[in-house]
Amino acid sequence: MRNIFLFIRLYFNLIFFLLLQGLSIYLIIHYSKYHHAAFGNFANQVTGKVNSQYSRIDNYFRLKRTNDSLVKANEALYNRLKMDFELPDTVSKTMIDTIRVDSILQYKKYTYLQARVVSNSISTQNNYIVLSRGKNKQLHEGMGIVDINNAVVGIIYEVTDGYAVVMSLLHKDSHLSGKLLKGGETGTLNWDGKEPNIITLSNIPKSAKVAAGDTIITSGFSTTFPKGMIIGTVVAVYSETSTSNFRIKFRTAANFYNLQYVYAIENVQQEPINKILDKLKQQR
Amino acid sequence: MSSFVKNIIRFIFFILIQVYVLDKIHLHQMVTPYLYFLFILWLPFKMNRTLLMIIAFVLGFTLDSFRHHPGFHTAACILIAYVRPFLINLLIPQEGAETNYEEPSFKSMGGLVPYLIYTGILCLLHNAWLFFLEAWQFGDIWYFFIKTILSTAISLLLILITELIFTRKQKFRTNTV
Repeated sequence: MRNIFLFIRLYFNLIFFLLLQGLSIYLIIHYSKYHHAAFGNFANQVTGKVNSQYSRIDNYFRLKRTNDSLVKANEALYNRLKMDFELPDTVSKTMIDTIRVDSILQYKKYTYLQARVVSNSISTQNNYIVLSRGKNKQLHEGMGIVDINNAVVGIIYEVTDGYAVVMSLLHKDSHLSGKLLKGGETGTLNWDGKEPNIITLSNIPKSAKVAAGDTIITSGFSTTFPKGMIIGTVVAVYSETSTSNFRIKFRTAANFYNLQYVYAIENVQQEPINKILDKLKQQR
Repeated sequence: MSSFVKNIIRFIFFILIQVYVLDKIHLHQMVTPYLYFLFILWLPFKMNRTLLMIIAFVLGFTLDSFRHHPGFHTAACILIAYVRPFLINLLIPQEGAETNYEEPSFKSMGGLVPYLIYTGILCLLHNAWLFFLEAWQFGDIWYFFIKTILSTAISLLLILITELIFTRKQKFRTNTV
């Protein structure tokens, strides 16, 4: 017994060192599983406050760029206005519409909620974006995030009262599914942790016809993103020797270097889908 | 100013510089400029090793909170805090030099070369351990080596610039043992 204490006293620093290393490696591995812990909330509140102070100043230097991209987004929206299209009159008889006036509201599936980016990283292997809008303003976990030109940015990972943390596409654990616009083949996105704005799309069969410049869109299989939102454009195609799949490198449509404002996408019809899924799970 | 207050100010200063200046610079995908761990290198000689590791833990954890994934910088900081006393014992020129001066610098380490070795080794250790932990899932050995070496070079350059801009007054304290 005495020898044990003697040993501990002799090697106290080494033991303490190994203990702390073990603790930090434990945090690295298990953090994503226990991110609901009180610490996450508290740290996000504190760092979020500091970040939003910083971004208030930083915003002034980017006003011009923000303005330009808003004008571009507006242009795209104006071009979709109904009054700019002339529909040829094809009916010869007047019909009275019997559908309810606000019938569109019934079928609405996605709602956009704007949010300001207060902090954004791209230099590490796991990148997160912080938004200054949180639980008390309708954001919740698992919502899809797009930039102002409707290009995919990431998915909300954690929310506190005032802030939301987004796992960006540039994160090793972010595996969205993407689809080739031309052929319709679906694959999985993953980031190799090296170059920002360049992401890999894997599991595309070699039968697919892909070339540089092709567009990759969201598949619409998950309930987070509407079908057909742009993710990126193909840069290079590699054929894997061991499998019958292509590995496609593509450039993201969203520019992660200068995110200023983003939209969170709320799926209004999520509830009934979840209910069915829960029911199925209980039956099994 | 007492050493305690001075170090608290330094702590805040280094974290803010790292998060809001250096992390915003995207030189190249291979190069991540790190400076904040200079805080650990500048801590007083006399500090107890256990306390040193606790302070390193707090520093790394604070930076990790800004990065939203705790563990990476914490582990790297603890490693250099643990190795630091060994290096100082090896590099200090004569007996008792660490009691003559308060904290490591060009002057107290006895010249430019020992100080550069001291910062160089700790810097390399910090970056290597950090990038190793970040990259073990990716497993590209050349990428890891090149990134470590380039980032260490940039960090050393930053440390030199910091030393030149903020000259720390080092009082020579005799007969204080």
